[in-house]
Amino acid sequence: MSREAFIAANRFGLGPRPGELSALSGDPRGALFEQLKSGPVPTDLPGTAGALDVAGSRKAMMAEGKMDANDDGRPDNPVRELYLREVTARFDRCVASAAPLHDRLVLFWSNHFTVSVARSGVVPLAGVFEREAIAPHVTGRFEDLLTAATLHPAMLTYLDQYRSVGPNSKVGQRKDAGLNENLGREVLELHTLGVGGGYGQGDVIALARILTGWSVVTGGGDTSKRFGFDPNRHEPGDKTLVGTRIREGGEQETRDALAILARHPSTAKHLATKLVRHFVADDPPAAAVEAIAAVYLKTDGDLGAVTRAVIGLDAAWADPLAKMKTPWELTVAMARALGGEAAAIDGPLLFRRLRGLGQAPFGAPSPAGWPDRSTDWLGPDALMRRIDLGADIANKAGARLDLAALLDGTIAPVLTPAKTQFIKGAGDRASGIAMIFASPEFQQR
Amino acid sequence: MISALNRRGLLQGLLGAGLLASVPRFAYAKTPDDRRFIFIILRGGMDGLAAVPPVGDKDYVALRGPLAIAAPGQADGALPLDDRFGLHPALAPLHALWHAGQLQVVHAASTPYRDRSHFDAQNVLETGGRGPSGAGVGWLNRALGLMGGSGLGLAVNEAAPLVMSGPTQVATWVSGSGAGPSDYLLDAIDRLYADSPAFHAALATARDTEQLLADADTNAMTRQRGLGRLTPSFKGLASLMRDDRGPRIATLEVTGWDTHSAQGAATGRLAVLLGQFADALAALRKDLDPVWSKTIVVAATEFGRTAAPNGTGGTDHGTAGAAFLLGGALEGRRVITDWPGLSRDRLYEGRDLAPTTDLRSIFASVLRDHVGLPEADIRSRVFVDAGQMPFVADLVRV
Repeated sequence: MSREAFIAANRFGLGPRPGELSALSGDPRGALFEQLKSGPVPTDLPGTAGALDVAGSRKAMMAEGKMDANDDGRPDNPVRELYLREVTARFDRCVASAAPLHDRLVLFWSNHFTVSVARSGVVPLAGVFEREAIAPHVTGRFEDLLTAATLHPAMLTYLDQYRSVGPNSKVGQRKDAGLNENLGREVLELHTLGVGGGYGQGDVIALARILTGWSVVTGGGDTSKRFGFDPNRHEPGDKTLVGTRIREGGEQETRDALAILARHPSTAKHLATKLVRHFVADDPPAAAVEAIAAVYLKTDGDLGAVTRAVIGLDAAWADPLAKMKTPWELTVAMARALGGEAAAIDGPLLFRRLRGLGQAPFGAPSPAGWPDRSTDWLGPDALMRRIDLGADIANKAGARLDLAALLDGTIAPVLTPAKTQFIKGAGDRASGIAMIFASPEFQQR
Repeated sequence: MISALNRRGLLQGLLGAGLLASVPRFAYAKTPDDRRFIFIILRGGMDGLAAVPPVGDKDYVALRGPLAIAAPGQADGALPLDDRFGLHPALAPLHALWHAGQLQVVHAASTPYRDRSHFDAQNVLETGGRGPSGAGVGWLNRALGLMGGSGLGLAVNEAAPLVMSGPTQVATWVSGSGAGPSDYLLDAIDRLYADSPAFHAALATARDTEQLLADADTNAMTRQRGLGRLTPSFKGLASLMRDDRGPRIATLEVTGWDTHSAQGAATGRLAVLLGQFADALAALRKDLDPVWSKTIVVAATEFGRTAAPNGTGGTDHGTAGAAFLLGGALEGRRVITDWPGLSRDRLYEGRDLAPTTDLRSIFASVLRDHVGLPEADIRSRVFVDAGQMPFVADLVRV
């Protein structure tokens, strides 16, 4: 079983399922390239319009006095039910995936474009945002991904855009309402140019003005919200963004602005840095970042080509344990290692576990998303909870498992003979499995 | 049940006999001093002009419009501090501390950072530098190093926040930990960590913290129903810190201050959060009672918010804001400010409360006068690029 197969399955995957390491051993890089051809998996979960209807049905229940805001934890709260269905479906998708690299890219870009259930309006939308705005574009062009993510109702809600009004627009002149800079700022700072990427407060305001109009479009007495572009809220006039004049043009201004930002060299560098940090090392090697940024600029932001270039980095194949698995990655990896014997960790229990591990699903603490350095995930309390999770799963699933086979199918390629012997000699099977799950070789990728 | 001391004594006995091949365990009770310092990070940018409204400023009401807090004495009015400032009405529990001489407010304060990014601003707040740094070492971690290293610090987080990160190992703890794996299993796992120092250190620290908590029975306590959202963490921290063997320096964080829309005034979204925060501080003060006279709590945020409301009933990222100091070790009540005023020409870049006090001078003064670090060390090793930053005199009761 090769070390390169281990890296392909962990660094670029979600941890090996039984047999995956041997399947990857022949041509690990080629197998990863194959996985990139995979697309989103079909689902029976509601689309964006359906999710907005679910949000509306909660509103209707509240209007009819059937529940109030304190009842959101109730099992029949339709929003909570949809959220838990989304979390469970996402987990099942990751556990079963035959193209885990594709899922990793979805997780990466979904984190880059964070929408968080910390804002209650996002709860019914976070899952569909990832499935409809992120997943279809992760091997496509960044400009398309950026546009889809920026204009999705989940993002318009999370970063307050839907309330923003051009001060000189028809609505702005009639009502006491005005600009909200939140989305404009985060698009520049987090999603495209990055801090120090060559923009100032003037650009934040310009982009906020350009984005005015993307809002809730009211349609009668319906309790569901409909999102779209409302020209009556759009700030009139030309705007100047990072030195480029954008002619007055309603919603086209947003597309022009995002196209400019997507092609900016600062964006290339910002995205390359994040990708290399995610897939190679906490402190991304400068040469690797430059190489990836160059591919990004040369291919006009082709994320498939960019991902292939990341896989092609020698640095990505050097240290098999350079990064800490996130709590989500770790939990998925445990379930995959058990070959789908994951019934012990789904639904509300899965949610509680992940929240305890510091990564509630779709619940990042800020628009910057989950952190991506090992130290962010290796606190003493967090490690104890990681060990506890593995021990619990081992206790529930252990009786049916062959310890030696589990070892061979997961961490054996990078484990010293002494440690292998030590684990095999564990006093009972469940403890042995818990030791595998707790080992630095399993916790890292 | 074996108490922590007996258990630790047992371990030390085994170590002395050379029977236990494990590295010595992280132990808290090494500090020569018993003063406590808690640093609370208010993430998201707390609106200082709402939390501590400058009700005596002639421009306040007009500038704030619907977000203005009414003057003391009016309906839903501010709770008076002095003739210039009040507290938000949701902060009533803090007003009691003010009357007891155990609250100070810093206003028009900020870090040296001016560019309104949450993430860079928090980086500067936590690293204590002039601008954002990728070095990954926080000013409290550097202070802990000067105090004697490992065993003194605790972060109420899954992993240490930047302000506590760095070469000195700190413990972390989060409210609601379960019973956890057996000692047998943890000993075995620790052997797997023999060549992974970061894993070994984290596990050792977690085990010591759990032992301490088992003694205090904090887990049972934090499971009590009906406490505010923030209170269990604050109460858990208090029960750790009042213990002689507990941490001396701790950090906590409160999120949710990024009120871009519908923040409200005397009531509303921000008022709810301020109320939860004040309730949690009151619980902390009560549970820390045995050591309260030796305690200072500082709560600070990465930036204030725009002086005027934005177009959506909220406020956008600004510059200067307010910070709080609480504790029985404070030298009386006080508002520390060089108030710049709120007339348009006095606002920073025409939109934000102008910064006149460097937050680092507050932090540094607490480190010098309360924690007891030498000023020269603070200047050369904690806030290394703060120049000739002034210290604030008479902050602490001596």
